[in-house]
Parts: sequence; C-alpha cells; structure tokens
Amino acid sequence: MKKLLVYLKDYKKESVLAPLFKMLEASFELIVPLVVTAIIDVGIANQDSGYILRMCLVMIALGLIGLLCSVTAQYFAAKAAVGFGTKVRHQLFSHIQTFSFSEIDQVGTATLITRMTSDINQVQSGVNMVLRLFLRSPFIVFGAMIMAFTIDVKAAMIFVVTIPLLSLVVFGIMAVSIPLYRKVQERLDKVLGITRENLTGARVIRAFHKEEEEKNRFEEGLEHLTAMQNHVGRISAFLNPVTYVIINGATIFLLYTGAFQVNAGNLTQGEVVALVNYMSQILVELIKLANLIITITKAVACGNRVESILDIPSSMPKDQPVSTASGKTEPAEKIMPKETPAVQFSHVGLTYRGGAAESLSDIDFSVRKGETIGIIGGTGSGKTSLVHLIPRFYDASRGQVLINGKNVTEYSLEELRQKVGIVMQRAVLFQGTIRENLCWGKADASEKELYEALELAQAKEVVEGKEGKLEAPVEQGGKNFSGGQRQRLTIARALVRKPEILILDDSASALDYATDAKLRKSIREMKENPTVFIVSQRTSSIQHADKIIVLEDGEIAGVGTHDELLENCAVYHEIYESQYKKQ
Amino acid sequence: MKQTTKKEQQTKTLKKVLRYIKKYKIFLILSLLFAIATVASTLYIPVLTGQVIDHILAPGQVEFAVIFRLLCKMGVIIGLTALAQWLMNVCNNKITYEVIQDIRREAFSKIEILPLKFIDGHSHGELVSRVIADVDQFADGLLMGFSQLFTGVITILGTLLFMLSINVKITLVVVLITPISLFVASFIAKRTFSMFMLQSTTRGEQTALINEMIENQKVVQAFSKEKDVLETFDEINGRLEEASLQATFFSSLTNPSTRFVNSLVYTGVGLAGAFSAMKGLLTVGQLSCFLSYANQYTKPFNEISGVVTELQNALACAQRIFHLIEEEPQVPEPENAEILSDVKGNVDLEHVYFSYTPDKKLIEDFNLTIQPGQRVAIVGPTGCGKTTIINLLMRFYDVDQGSIQVEQKDIRNVTRRSLRESYGMVLQETWLKAGTIRENLIMGKPEASEEEIIAAAKAAHAHSFIKRLPQGYDTVIGEEGGSLSTGQKQLLCIARVMLCLPPMLILDEATSSIDTRTEMKIQNAFAKMMQGRTSFIVAHRLSTIQEADIILVMKDGHILEQGSHEQLLAQHGFYYELYNSQFAI
Repeated sequence: MKKLLVYLKDYKKESVLAPLFKMLEASFELIVPLVVTAIIDVGIANQDSGYILRMCLVMIALGLIGLLCSVTAQYFAAKAAVGFGTKVRHQLFSHIQTFSFSEIDQVGTATLITRMTSDINQVQSGVNMVLRLFLRSPFIVFGAMIMAFTIDVKAAMIFVVTIPLLSLVVFGIMAVSIPLYRKVQERLDKVLGITRENLTGARVIRAFHKEEEEKNRFEEGLEHLTAMQNHVGRISAFLNPVTYVIINGATIFLLYTGAFQVNAGNLTQGEVVALVNYMSQILVELIKLANLIITITKAVACGNRVESILDIPSSMPKDQPVSTASGKTEPAEKIMPKETPAVQFSHVGLTYRGGAAESLSDIDFSVRKGETIGIIGGTGSGKTSLVHLIPRFYDASRGQVLINGKNVTEYSLEELRQKVGIVMQRAVLFQGTIRENLCWGKADASEKELYEALELAQAKEVVEGKEGKLEAPVEQGGKNFSGGQRQRLTIARALVRKPEILILDDSASALDYATDAKLRKSIREMKENPTVFIVSQRTSSIQHADKIIVLEDGEIAGVGTHDELLENCAVYHEIYESQYKKQ
Repeated sequence: MKQTTKKEQQTKTLKKVLRYIKKYKIFLILSLLFAIATVASTLYIPVLTGQVIDHILAPGQVEFAVIFRLLCKMGVIIGLTALAQWLMNVCNNKITYEVIQDIRREAFSKIEILPLKFIDGHSHGELVSRVIADVDQFADGLLMGFSQLFTGVITILGTLLFMLSINVKITLVVVLITPISLFVASFIAKRTFSMFMLQSTTRGEQTALINEMIENQKVVQAFSKEKDVLETFDEINGRLEEASLQATFFSSLTNPSTRFVNSLVYTGVGLAGAFSAMKGLLTVGQLSCFLSYANQYTKPFNEISGVVTELQNALACAQRIFHLIEEEPQVPEPENAEILSDVKGNVDLEHVYFSYTPDKKLIEDFNLTIQPGQRVAIVGPTGCGKTTIINLLMRFYDVDQGSIQVEQKDIRNVTRRSLRESYGMVLQETWLKAGTIRENLIMGKPEASEEEIIAAAKAAHAHSFIKRLPQGYDTVIGEEGGSLSTGQKQLLCIARVMLCLPPMLILDEATSSIDTRTEMKIQNAFAKMMQGRTSFIVAHRLSTIQEADIILVMKDGHILEQGSHEQLLAQHGFYYELYNSQFAI
C-alpha cells in the first residue's frame, strides 16, 4: 500500500489541507464544551441571561466556522482522492501495457481486470475517507485529552490511561481482522470461479449431467465463505462493545475523582460536566472510527493487490534503449542487401516461465526476404511458440532471433512490431466499427488501402454484406460476426499495414478449403512481397511454400520443400499420408 | 408515473428480501431485542451521569454515599449494554451472511437449469457480477440497515421518551429544529443524483474498455497499439475524474451541513436549558443529560439518511439478482418423464421447425430418419449454423414445432439426463473445468478405474502428454484448461468421451486443432468407437464426409440438401460446388 501513496504526491497541498481543515473544524468542536461550562458556571450561577445569549451566539458562530472549514476539507479530500484514483488507474493500465506475454500468462486477465476496476475504486474511497476522517478522530481524541489537562491535571490522567488502552483495542482488532478479510476475499474468488465456470461450460456440464455435482461444489465453496465471514464478523463485532466499556468505565472514574476534587474545591460542577462531555466526544469519534475501519481494511487489502501488480516488472521494458550496442549493429543493417536473411533463428531455445522443460530447442534456420515458410507439426510441437519469437512476444532463452541481421532485442519493440503483421489463432475484433478495427493495422490507412487489404483477405464480401459497409458496427468481441468472418477480418487487419513479415498462425482454421486456397494465392501475389510464415495443420495449406519447417516436440524434424520432405522426412511423410491417404 | 412504478418495484423487492429474512426470524427478533436493550441502557447512562453531577454541587456539598451507589449501578449497566451490543452485532452478521448465502445458492441453482438460450444471450461477466458483486453490495446494505437503521430509529424514539420525561418544552425545541437536517440531506441527495449517474455511466464505459483491452492484450501488443489504447483510456479516465470529483464533493456536503444543523439544535437546547435552569425548572445535571441527548438524538438522523441511500442501492442490487433467480427456467421435465434406456441409436426428426429469433427462420419442416449405427455428416461453409443441429439433438434448445425422437420417444418426454447420457459429445470449443486432469476425464464416468482412465487417454492419444506433465493425471489445470494448448485440450475432451462411451456420438469439428498425424490415430480410435454407434459429425474433412451414410448440407442456417455422397454429387447442387472447390488449387 505504501508505494501506492506516491501517487498522492501531486496532491500534496490537498492531502495536507484536507486533514488540516478537518482538524480546524474539530478544534472548534472541542471549544463547545468550554462554552457550555461557562454558561453553567457563569451564566446560570450569576443569573446573567445576557451572558447566556452571548455564549449561545458564540456557539452558533463556532458551528458556522466549523461548517466552512469542513466544506473546504471535503473539497480538498475529494480532489486528492479522485486525483489519486485517476493517477493509479492510469499508472496500472499503462503498466499492464508494458507486460510481455509471459506476465500476462502469469497473472491472468481476469485478475488484471478486477485490479483495474473494483480494487482501485475501493482504494480511492479509502483514501477519501482517510483524508476526511481518519486524522480527525485521533485529533479529537487527543484534543479532548489536552482540553482535559487545561481543566484539571488529575482528572486528565484518566484520559492519559484510557486513550492508549483504546488504541490498543482498536488496532489489535484491526490487526487480527485484516488478514481474515483477505481470506474472505480468497474464498469469494473461489465462488466466483465456480460461477463463471458454470456459465462458460454450461453445455459440457449439462451434457455430462453434472448439475447436481456442481451445485454441491458451489455449496461447499459457499459454506466456506460464510463460515469465514461469520468468524471475522464475530471478531470485529467486539470493537464497539469493548470501546464502549472502556470509555464509560473511564467516565465512572472521572465522576468519582471529580466528586473528590469538587469536594476539595479544586473543581467546579461545570468543569465536571465539561470533562464528561469530552469523554463522550471521544466515544462518538471512536464509533465513527470503528465504522471506518472496515472500509479502510478493505481499501488497504485492495491497495496491496493493486501494488502487487505494479510490482511485477515487465520482462521487456518498452522504453529500453534501442540497443546498447547500436554502433555495432548499424553497419550490419547496411551490408544487408541480399545476403542477409530476412529472418534468422540461430540455435534458439525457449523455456516458458515456470515451465519445466524447453518448449523449443535448438531451432536453427534462415529465411530470405519474400519467401513463404510453412510450419507444420503435431499438437504442442511448438509451432506457435516459434512464430511468437519473431515479434518478441517472448524472449528466446537460448540463442538469438535475427531480423535483417539484427537481433530482435536490439530493435525497439514498436519498430519491431511495425515490421510484423501477425494473425493469431483466436480471431479478436474490438468494439467499434469495421474501419476502426482495420485501422489498428495502420492508423491513417486510406479507403483504398483498406479495400485492398479486405480483398486480399477474402473479406470484401463480409464488409459488403453488412449495412454501413466499413462503418458497420462491431460488437464487443466481434459477436456479430461468425468465426470465419472474424478470421478473415483479422487477416485483413494484419495486411493493412503491409508488413515486411506476415505471420498466419493457424488463422485459416475456420475457413473452408476454397477460401483458404484463395487467400494464400492472393497473399503470394502481393506486390510488397512480404516474408510469410504460415502455421498450419493442413499440408494443403503449406505444400506450396518455399520452405517447410517440420516441428516435433520442440525440435526441427525437417526443413525443405514439399517434395524434398516427402522424400526424406518421415514425420512429414506421415502427416501428408494421414491427410491424403483416403482421397 | 415512472416514479411510482419504481417505488412499487422497490417495495416488491423489499418484500422478497423479507421473505429470505423470514427464515431467520428468531435472530431478527433477538437482534431487535438486543437493539432495544442496547439503546435503552445507552440512554440511561446520561441520566445516571446527570444524577451524579447533581450530587457534586460545591466543596463540602458532595454526597459520596449516593454517588458511589449510582456509579456502581452505572458499571453494571455498562457491562450489560456491551454484552447486548456484541450479541446484536453477531445476530446481524448471522442474518446477513446466511441470507446472502441462500440467495447465492438459489441463483446458482437457477444457473444450472436456465435455458441455454439465456446463457448464450447474456454476457457471462455480467451474470457473474450479479451473483458476486451485486450480492456483496446487497449484503453491505443489509448489514448497515440492520445495525444502523434499527438502532437509529430506536435511539430516536428512546431519546424522545427520555427527554419528554425530563422536560417537555426543551424536547419541543429539539423536535422542531431537527427535521431541518433531513431537508438539507434530501436536498443535497436530489442535486447529486445526476452527478452520480454520470459517474457510473463513465465508469461503465471505462470498465468496458478495460475488459476488452486487457482480455486481448496480446493483440494490442502485436499491433503495438499500447499508446493509442492508453490515450483512449486516459481520455475516459479524465472524464471520470471530473465526474467523480463532482459527485464525491457535492455528496460529501451532507455531513457538514447536517452537523451544522445539529450544532443549532445543541445551541437551542443550551439556551432553553440555561434559562430553565435559571428559573430552577431544571438542574445542572439534567441540563448536561439533555445536552448529551441532543447529540444522540440528532446523530441517527444523519446516519439514517446515509442508510437510506445505501439501502436503495442494496435494493437495486437485490433486484438484479432476483431478476436472475426469477428467470424462466428451462421447460421442466414432465412428471412421468421416461428414462431412456437401452438406446440403439434410432433418431427421427419429424417436421422440425426451429429458429433462434422468430423473425429469422432457420430450419423449416426438416425430416430425417437415422438407423442405429449410421453416420450423419453435417457439412457447409463457415458459419452455416452447423451447431444448431447439435443444440437440438442434445436438447440445449427446444424445437419450435415438430419433434425429435430417440427410440421412437419424443425427447421432450424423457429425462434430460438419460437423453444426454446417451450422447458422447466433443464440441469445437473445448471446455475443461478447473481441477485435475483426472477430474476432467471422469466427468462422464466418476467410478472409472485407473486402468480405464489410462486406456481412454491412450485411445485419445492424450496419455503421452499427460504423462509428461509435472503431476501426471493429478496435474491441476487452471480455469478453462489454462496452460494447455488448444490441441491438448481437445485430446482431453476426446478422452473424456472415450471413457464413458455412450451409444450415440456428437463430434463437432472435433479435431480441428489436432495435427493430422495424431488425428489419423484418433480417427482410427473414433472409427472403432463409432462402430455400431449412431454418430453426428460436423467435419471439414472429405474422408469423414465421404464415409458418412447421410450428409446434411447446410448454408446460412438452412438445411439445403441431404443424401449420400454419391447422391449429392449427382444432384450437381451446392454440395457438388463445395466438393469441387476443395480441389480448386
């Protein structure tokens, strides 16, 4: 939580002024019992009605000034808290943007979303509360003690004993309940997980008639949750009664010593009333504080969760220097002309974070500009991992990946990804219009460029079939398009930028053979002549490639043309046979 | 008009909430009793304090014996109050947590029997948030309602009684001035309502963006759109800041304003009290007691106005969750629903009509008779609605007209369980639950032995990769398969069906993400599995299609042609076109 508070630094003035004005208001409140004492000891005792009226006016004036201070304090508190929330939200969002695929895999998107939304909201309202009240309460408590000293030192000693005792109780209960609240949250997350699972997996659960079993599982999670909630509830329920006992016990002592003091002539009756008033002011403040504590406990827990995300360093900082060894690599790019391969893998190995074994090992090949490379292999053989190394979604753990003779780590990420157009397995469109989605590829693409890309991707008919053409709305997740339509649009999106390197990661799986074939043909005929990587399960999709890389268990099982591989690569031969045997 | 309907809805919701609470009547009554006890003794303390003060007049005029007696009395009452307070809190917690547990349980049970139409048509995130976030918010409101509304109202009433018993005139002063704070509070609440609306719509907009972008962070990065996305985000974030500031600030005016009104009440009591005391109508002790009442009397008013907004919010949340609970469940099974047993694989579709929305007709007057052991291939271009048939066969959706029969029994007259038990299904979207691999495999056959599990996994060619996982069959996979590749997930789904081997099969593009070599092996296993089993296969592969007994050709959700491969080729129709296009290049 501490590190988050840094984001309050732009609101230093507000975060100081808010509690300050709050304290000012509180101090006026503290004067009120003194005025009442004056009314009793002077006004009533001397039967001076003019004096009483004047004192009442003073009280109203105190109230008015208190109101002004309080409004000012609320304004500064709101400003600081909202500003703080905005900053943290911005910071977290932009931090998430720097995450590489490894971090996203590790944390999980669902977690990131709750951190971004409800957690930050909780923290924001927590900060607001703290600025407004958390300082006010201790101030009133200590202020009341100081005022007590001005009346009578002996009586004030009761305050001196009571207050530490109270703090001990309040903070003790807090210390016990905060970790418990975290447990409640964990159990709630579990219940949430089961609920979500039962919605996404409704078909399978019903197909296997697991409804009853799921209900039992949910019930179990629910009971765990409720048990924990009741447990925490019982503990925090102590807070009010215990503080109540302490304060009223103190009042009894106060009256007791007060009686002796008055008897000895050290105190007046009015002063005893004032002391009792101060004690009850402390009680009122503590009740407020107790209600606050839950909010603050939650806010701190949420704050810690947000912070834990901010603490995850990006393994690929965006603003890293564009190659520390730029002097060395610059010439390499200049010599480039024809000999330098467009893409080269030099003994590359990849181990995923937390993975036990290498997912890719000793991948070594090079590709000339304009070539089409087919990548084929069994499920889990590392096809996607391989192509993900090119735009540096992951970093190779061994060896290096070179583009135009330069290590990918020496490019700035932006420059690197500008060169690469990738179409992923899962076709994702964003809410907006078709045009907006296509312009992801190239922000300032002209109408003509967009239609060219659409035509290449065989997606022109998709657009023409929609009302509004390019301006047709795309619902969240592209729900209003079929899987095949989405796939073609994502291909068009990658093509709009006319990438140097185009990667199609099994992106034609939802297309029928005919469309798939047409797509490949049109890409081959592109005048920009990009280097193309096609990842596929179907030999038909890649058999015309200039070079085919056959992967098995993360290793290269063969490289060559279709005919060469049929001749001398057993794995490839088998794959081919499996698909064409019967036809 | 709109206002009243909204109010009506609120009372309706409130009634429903009360129905849930009814189950915990005893705790409610206890809570109420404890609240009364707490308030009464809390209020009695100032009276005792006042009496003590009246016995501490001046030097030499202090009656120690009386004071000591009074102080002892105070001590006992304080102890009792604290106990009552604690018990009241515990009761309130109990009611709240049990009620929301009941509500969650009911909501979840409803999810299990909702028609798929509802689940397909609603955002899952939104439904989850109803069960989780809305219920939580409701609980907060409920708890606050119990603990503050109860005690608040009782405190107001109690203080009034106590004050009246001491002095009527001063009580009138208090009663007359206090309502001002309510006016002020409701005035501010009305003014800030639109600000809160703006805040929540802006927040909604931002959440939508966050959802979309973070879910697809990988795409964002692939297109290096991080900066643009951040810009859009910041734009909304800026607007949210403005809206939040307004809403937060203006709503936070309530407290200082009502506090000011309270200080007016306090002054009023002080003034009236001092004058009465001068005339000897009131002792100083009574005045001090009155002043502390004035404080206690006005505080609940502030709290109540806060609680009322909180409760309204809670009711709105409750309403959303009740909407889910009251959602029409799937058509219940008839009481005399038969249990489908001894299924051989006769499936008949008679004059079936179906559409997802009434205005877009899809399947019209469709007839099909399938003999045991026949294979039905469903083919057609991308997005032609092939899954519709599966939805109908499994009775995820009901036909609009006509009937589907298995073994000459209308599937609406048999139990869903026995119907679905008769099918083994492998869907295109592979879904696995969070848990171990083993738990996922035995979904269809919980009593399966280790040997059976391994045999099924081997048949699905999943054994070799499972073996390589850190904990083998006991490896925990995350939600929706987590770390597994699509292909591996698919293999597990196949193994899942291999294990229970039902009499009929539904394979939905089952092998689209599996490499063809493994697939060939699986196809062999499938072929064995399909032997003597009626099978419905949604497939792209020609080999599968050619071997099918019946081919259904679909386009745009309609069934265009049906027949065997040869028949359809001879028709020179859409299938012919489709078939030839496969070899176009």
